[in-house]
Amino acid sequence: MKQESFEVKIKKLEEIVNSLEKGETSLEDSLKIFEDGMKIAKDCNKLLQEAEKKITIILESNGDINEDNFSTEDE
Amino acid sequence: MNYESMAVTVSDLNLYIKDKIAKDEALNAVVVKGEISNFKAHYTGHFYFTLKDDKSLIKCVMFKTYADRINFKPKDGMKIIVFGGVSVFERDGIYQIYVKAMQEQGIGDLYAQFEKLKQNLEKEGLFDEKHKKKIPIMPKIIGVLSSQTGAVIKDIINVSTRRNPNCYIRLLPVPVQGPGAAKEIVKGIKTMNDNNLADVIILARGGGSLEDLWPFNEEIVARAIYESNIPIISAVGHETDFTISDFVADLRAPTPSAAAELANPDIFELINKINSFRERARISLKKKIELLNLKLNKLKSSRAFTNPMQNIQNNYLRIDKFIKDLEKTIKLKQKDAENRFIEQTTKLDTLSPLKTLTRGYSIVEKENKPIKSIKDLNEGDEILIRVSDGKKKAKILK
Repeated sequence: MKQESFEVKIKKLEEIVNSLEKGETSLEDSLKIFEDGMKIAKDCNKLLQEAEKKITIILESNGDINEDNFSTEDE
Repeated sequence: MNYESMAVTVSDLNLYIKDKIAKDEALNAVVVKGEISNFKAHYTGHFYFTLKDDKSLIKCVMFKTYADRINFKPKDGMKIIVFGGVSVFERDGIYQIYVKAMQEQGIGDLYAQFEKLKQNLEKEGLFDEKHKKKIPIMPKIIGVLSSQTGAVIKDIINVSTRRNPNCYIRLLPVPVQGPGAAKEIVKGIKTMNDNNLADVIILARGGGSLEDLWPFNEEIVARAIYESNIPIISAVGHETDFTISDFVADLRAPTPSAAAELANPDIFELINKINSFRERARISLKKKIELLNLKLNKLKSSRAFTNPMQNIQNNYLRIDKFIKDLEKTIKLKQKDAENRFIEQTTKLDTLSPLKTLTRGYSIVEKENKPIKSIKDLNEGDEILIRVSDGKKKAKILK
């Protein structure tokens, strides 16, 4: 599921940073996981920006669902 | 008969009656049920009303200190239970109940029902922590089951958009009190699940009396929440109200706004977190590269590279040194051997018989043995005479 991968991505990013900060990985590995980290960070940010605000109301009539925009009076 | 002297005053009579009543234990603490009529909330905060059943009525008064404590609005026609003491109000010559506590009739049974249902569901394990689903950190769609009007949905929208300007909220309006509300709530939960309309659901309503919140204590709602695949955050009533929905839900929020906080990630915080991770990664990689660079330079600048021959020359020098040492030791050894040799030979020399020969002596030998005594020699014996520079044969004449 999309959200699941977001949580997984954040976790992976954190692990990468921790291991880089420990500094025990070889140069090649460090470069590789650094790149992975940058890519993950880009994906996460993209995902956050991509979402678009929507406030809707669901109305069900005999089984079928329709969705309209919803705004509280003072919006 | 002179009645006048016998007559008591009205106040004495009332006083006597009051005293009579005051002595009667049973009347000091009574619990009475009945219906309220001509209820008046006096501006002083006291309540005046009568309590009646189909055959009779009794006056009641509830002073402000007690009146402030009841959590519902008494109205004519309401069936209640009062607790208090009976006493006489002398001025009007009436007896009334001085009410200390009041409770809606039938409410007792609601509490009883609530407790019973709570215990049963608890025994069945519906409240167990292990059945509670995790609220996703980044839900894409937030479902809201609440009334379409009122502050609740407004609060939820405001808090959600503050934390995540790009949030997606789907409101499925449901009645939140009154008969039939429970069924609608169940239907709402089902619709959300069947059509997978949200990643997390907020079930919310504002504060209210026990009756108002009752739908959220109904068993069908509790089971619907339990069976929902989508995690549910319940925010029912005031912070201090606990409904069965709160116990069954995957997470209980004290207020609708709190529910919105729990359902929505704070985007700005998340973005900062990601950026800080990126920064830390960049810094630590840079540090690593600098470290390795340092090591590399250190190695490069080591003598092994700048002056590779030096190593070899050093070795030559060492070898020469060894050679010299060898020679020295050999010479010494040789000299030493020579000296010892000379020493021995001179010793030999001094001991050697040849030395005496040089002084004119000679050695006579017969059959290779030196002759020491004349007795060993006979006439005609062949002997050998050894002088310093050689030897001659000879014969014994006599």
